Amino acid sequence: MVGLVIVSHSRMLAEGVVELASEMADKNLHMIAAGGLADGSIGTDAVLIMRAILEADTGEGVIVLTDIGSSILSTQMAIELIEDEVIKERIKISPASLVEGALVAAVEASTGASLQNVLDAAIEANSVSKI
Amino acid sequence: MDTIIYEILQEITLTINKNKDFLTELDREIGDGDHGINMARGFNAVMTKLPYDAEIDMSTYLKKVGMTLLSTVGGASGPLYGSAFLKASSAAKEMTTLCSSSLEQLLNAALVGIKDRGKAMIGDKTIVDALEPACNAFHQSVTQNKSTSMCLKEAIEAAKKGVEYTKSIVAKKGRASYLGERSLGHQDPGATSTLLMLEAIETVINSKRLGE
Repeated sequence: MVGLVIVSHSRMLAEGVVELASEMADKNLHMIAAGGLADGSIGTDAVLIMRAILEADTGEGVIVLTDIGSSILSTQMAIELIEDEVIKERIKISPASLVEGALVAAVEASTGASLQNVLDAAIEANSVSKI
Repeated sequence: MDTIIYEILQEITLTINKNKDFLTELDREIGDGDHGINMARGFNAVMTKLPYDAEIDMSTYLKKVGMTLLSTVGGASGPLYGSAFLKASSAAKEMTTLCSSSLEQLLNAALVGIKDRGKAMIGDKTIVDALEPACNAFHQSVTQNKSTSMCLKEAIEAAKKGVEYTKSIVAKKGRASYLGERSLGHQDPGATSTLLMLEAIETVINSKRLGE
């Protein structure tokens, strides 16, 4: 099953997104929160993100969803820190919005969908009209 | 490891802390108001977690500095300056001390790290606007066989001009880029912290009379 990592400047926000998305996900889905800094303050931590990615990967790859700004830079850094080229190849950052994208990705990944299918599904969340 | 590299990090930490409010204020004007706070947190963590260790070499130390920055700074400067130190670490593999040519290699490697990670170029109103002119000036001075002190002095002059230049341009990267024209007239915080770091290097090099 494709794994998911939820990156946010806020630890609570990342955990909250995981909590919410878990409601709709298969219990075997590896969805890992990677928010905030080690001391709990607001910010992004490339090493923490890297560890989350490695934990989320069960062999079929990982999709990372992020909030804003430096979460992308930190995630790119995290991927670069991974030494195993094979694992690196199957990590993708999704441009989908954090909450909506995570919900869709969790549902899609739970069906056993491929990395590309989960990526495609998540980005669709951006065009769904909320009202 | 020669104490000089540790002393440089110490001096950088000092100057960042001294200028924490100033950097934060600059960032408040065109960013999210946390550059000084983030940088201080990162470098304070470097000092706390990495006390001087004579047993490790310069390259290993620079790598640890980079890794610490990228997990404690918190904002974009974490991955950016983290990359700078990691690339400098690779360049420092056989280095035992600092002279004009080794310093040149470290600064160039830092620049490559920043540009690879951030994809910015001169004119985007970022760290690069201070660091690239500094590296170019340093290189020029090295080819003219100037002392390390002189090379640094000229690099810092170029960095200062770069920082001044950032006031006259619109941000194309980072949080400031969302402000568009409103970022005009404001000095870039990242370019400013780069200048501060170069000045810290100069302070230590001059105090060791290595510049001669």
